[in-house]
Amino acid sequence: MTIYSAIFYLLAALIIATTALAITRRNLVHAVVYLVISFFGSALLFFLLGAPFLAALEVIIYAGAIMVLFLFIVMMLRIEESKRRIFPLSQWIPAAVLCVIYLGMLAVILSGIEGDMRLETAVAVPAAFSMWIFRHGWLAVEIASLILLVALIGALHIGRRPAAADKKEAQ
Amino acid sequence: MIVPYSHVLALAGIVFLMGMVCTVTRRNLIMILLGLEIMLNAGALALVGASLRWMSMDGQAMALFIIVVAAAEVSVGLALIVCVYRRTGSVDPNFTETAAPEKPSV
Repeated sequence: MTIYSAIFYLLAALIIATTALAITRRNLVHAVVYLVISFFGSALLFFLLGAPFLAALEVIIYAGAIMVLFLFIVMMLRIEESKRRIFPLSQWIPAAVLCVIYLGMLAVILSGIEGDMRLETAVAVPAAFSMWIFRHGWLAVEIASLILLVALIGALHIGRRPAAADKKEAQ
Repeated sequence: MIVPYSHVLALAGIVFLMGMVCTVTRRNLIMILLGLEIMLNAGALALVGASLRWMSMDGQAMALFIIVVAAAEVSVGLALIVCVYRRTGSVDPNFTETAAPEKPSV
């Protein structure tokens, strides 16, 4: 076992543990903070798998922007504590069926592919990655920027207060 | 020499499964959106591993666009949650249990 595989298994255990903690928390702030740790683990894993630019983006966008947005919304809304079970029984049946199907498919896939061929270490340096993506995927980059613009306008429009509420406040 | 690609795939699969369980079972719109984020992250993880397996940058490019889509999705989704909260006063996806104030009382 090389040092890289030891780091991989350590990070995998960290990601699985923190994600499991996150999805079982009743307190939303705790869930979001655990998920931030999980995304930091994912960022380190991206770095290990040779994608330093994506690791930086994971920290900046996932762990930074998206999770902070979740924290803002959790702080903004007054969420009453639910007394019911955290995982309702009626929802468990579809979840269990999906889990069984999915785990079966995962086992089939994993048993079928290349036995012991290990990944070699390699790094896609950010400059080379950027050159590649602008050369081969410039249309996709433009579409991505368009998606972000549409999301911005959509979020502004949806989140706007209704005109009646504004008038009431002005009076 | 890191690990076989199947181990990366297994990790991504387990994380995806946890996100799916969170999305399907939790009764809170914010937790449902968090589950979606976990699933997208697992997809990005599998793609980055595949990019290293086949020594091609396509996987990393797809992971980049997954991050873009996640950012767009979460902004619109959270705006919708705020909108729903203003209308019903709760973030429970089962709106019929919490009385909707705008429902006409006939």
